[in-house]
Amino acid sequence: MAAPMRDKQGRPIVAVTGIGVVTSLGVGKSDNWAKLTGGVSGIRRISRFPTEGLRTTIAGTVNDVYRDRMSPAELSERVALLAGEEAVAESGIGAKGRFPGPLYLAPPPLEIEWSDRIKMAEMAASDADTGYPDLMRVAREFAARHGAFKFGIIGEHLAEHFGTEGSPVSLNTACASGASAIQLGIEAIRRGDCQAALAIGADASLTPESLVRFSLLSALSTQNDPPERASKPFSKNRDGFVLAEGAAALVLEDLDHARARGARVLGILEGYGEKSDSFHRTRSSPDGKPIIASLRNALADAGVGPQDIDYINAHGTSTPENDKMEHLGVSTVFGERMRGIPISSNKSMIGHTLTAAGAVEAAFTLMTLQHQRVPPTINHAIPDPTITLDVVPNVARNAKLRRAMSNSFGFGGQNLCLVVALEPA
Amino acid sequence: MRGRREVWITGVGLITCLGEGLEANWSHLQRGDPPPYDDKSFAPYLVHPLPPVNFDQQIPKKSDQRQMEPWQRIGVYAAGLALSDAGIAGKPDLLDATDMIVAAAGGERDIAADTAILTGMRKMAERGAFLNERLMSDLRPTLFLAQLPNLLAGNISIVHGVVGSSRTFLGEEAAGVDAVRIAQARIAAGQSELTLVGGAYHGTRWDVLLVFEQSGVALKGAFAPVWDRGPQGGIALGNMGAFLVLESREHAQARGARARGRISPVASDRNKRQPGDIEATLRREWGTIADQIDRAHAAVISGAAGLQPATAAEHAMLREIGLPVRNTGTYIGHGVEAQFAANLGIACSVIEHGKLFAPAGTGDTGSSPPDISQVVVTSVGNWRGEALALVERVVWGRA
Repeated sequence: MAAPMRDKQGRPIVAVTGIGVVTSLGVGKSDNWAKLTGGVSGIRRISRFPTEGLRTTIAGTVNDVYRDRMSPAELSERVALLAGEEAVAESGIGAKGRFPGPLYLAPPPLEIEWSDRIKMAEMAASDADTGYPDLMRVAREFAARHGAFKFGIIGEHLAEHFGTEGSPVSLNTACASGASAIQLGIEAIRRGDCQAALAIGADASLTPESLVRFSLLSALSTQNDPPERASKPFSKNRDGFVLAEGAAALVLEDLDHARARGARVLGILEGYGEKSDSFHRTRSSPDGKPIIASLRNALADAGVGPQDIDYINAHGTSTPENDKMEHLGVSTVFGERMRGIPISSNKSMIGHTLTAAGAVEAAFTLMTLQHQRVPPTINHAIPDPTITLDVVPNVARNAKLRRAMSNSFGFGGQNLCLVVALEPA
Repeated sequence: MRGRREVWITGVGLITCLGEGLEANWSHLQRGDPPPYDDKSFAPYLVHPLPPVNFDQQIPKKSDQRQMEPWQRIGVYAAGLALSDAGIAGKPDLLDATDMIVAAAGGERDIAADTAILTGMRKMAERGAFLNERLMSDLRPTLFLAQLPNLLAGNISIVHGVVGSSRTFLGEEAAGVDAVRIAQARIAAGQSELTLVGGAYHGTRWDVLLVFEQSGVALKGAFAPVWDRGPQGGIALGNMGAFLVLESREHAQARGARARGRISPVASDRNKRQPGDIEATLRREWGTIADQIDRAHAAVISGAAGLQPATAAEHAMLREIGLPVRNTGTYIGHGVEAQFAANLGIACSVIEHGKLFAPAGTGDTGSSPPDISQVVVTSVGNWRGEALALVERVVWGRA
């Protein structure tokens, strides 16, 4: 028997053997990839609820999956399941309903929604003010018809569906959540706790209140016309992100395990780097130090240097703040080398899929390496003169790529970068 | 590779209805008096409010306090207590390398705004437009920051400077258990040296009572010990902040830190809660530590929440194990994501004092063995979260 494969630090090597994706561009990898490299936008006018009185009326919704009155929990579970099934089928691991490893899930932070609150208020039919005590009177009757609310419910259902092992972990690191789910899988395989893990990021939680919350923080683009032009990362006239839905799933596997069963290896998760920011709840430290540290930690964990990175999948939200700080971060870490590294933002086309984003973009980064083709940053008409990056403006490009980085930054000081590479010989 | 390095608990931060800090909680548990509770404010539901807390002591800036809702203030406060207890508070070199895993729910609502919207909506024909208009005008921007689950961790970074890494786990009791499980496993495997782990819960509010009432599990009526709440049982929600500092033995010894206890790998699993499932899961988990137990000096701290039949199932399994049992939920209420960390902290008090606290109710069985040095801590959540871990005394020189 061959000696086990180990990375430069003597740890098991984490391979990806299955990928699944759902975004506003469509369901499944091939549809997504065709549109992503074709520069197609998935951003549309919101049709799911009335938008009168809202400053932002556009989003990247998963209209191919949404059915009448699905709740955010139901829709998020559905996109997670579709992405998971695509990934598990591709990897060919385990047996139907028996995935041989744990589940790490980044779901949206669920809540009782307004639609539920309104239904309960109608059931309660009080004459005076309708308050929580009224809702309490009918809560059990409501739950009997519609189900009770639980934070861990999507993870529970997915664990049951895929037959994953152990207690499913649901996590949230804001806009880095999907990458954190992958990170937990990498760590578990490196520890030797398991030989495979299913990492899923999913978020399909567009509601009036979720939109209003981001709106009140002035985080969203208000350039509603035309919708497909609103998300313009790294442009001078960028004015916020576009809220979006989506999901991605990765099957992570110890490289030895994957090879032993003859699985096709789609890429290697070589390392991650994280660093928290204590500057502000929604803004990055102006000196960029935490972002810089997370980039450097990722390179160090992967055992590579700036010269070894051929592409960066940007967090690139299209907010004035993020894109400026991300530019500062990558310029500092990669220096002169940055001139030769294409860096593009998938969010220009799919919007910001929030808790799913880190997973969706890691999936697209792996596909970028596989296809040796870099998806563009669309809507790049007015470059920001202070951002001197090759953002692959508007048109996809072929390139020789061996290794890439995928960045995720989130509210609450979350910074997490992944290093992914093609399979070693 | 599991359990390859020893993991010590070098700091505990606890705040419950019994008070602040391990000693205040311990002295109440010793007396065995009924805990403070409130059965009026949310009648008929019974909850365990906190005593007055001077948040300034751990969150000096009022501007920081204003950016948080109660669950975050409670959590940031308890995290500060844990960091102080571990001797790392205010030490940037250590805090810079401190990882963090927080178990949280979030979603704290503005009850007045919700009530006004629901009331106003009744007369409206165009409900969608009305909702949009009211949300745009009534929601406070800062409230969103109190609703994001990871903003407890974010506030801990800002207030206390913990910036090694930050992750937040979601999903009731199981999230609290898995946060500790993964924090322990990372340290044991050399992926971390120092981790702050725990959670916070603010149970004295209508919006979470609504969530629990949907499942019909919130305790109504008179106070009773967890074990003796009738055929349906019930969960008395509490206000609780509980954080632990976990540390590799090597790292703790190098900086001369005191060990409050050593924690084993946490055994946690999911089951479908069919009859017999809880017992089977706990039995399997008990199997991971049973051979390490010195029965003459060991006891169980039960995390039973008071819901039936789960609490009876745990009771049956604990009888099978046969160690003396004490439950904490009777005294401190149920803090959902924070409960497991709170019970691990109280386990540290038990081994420090070498004895159990006063029994309360029919499931608190057995008398305190002499010089307790091992405590098995269980979790049985309100719908998932079956788990167990062993906390043991560290004896210098032969640890």
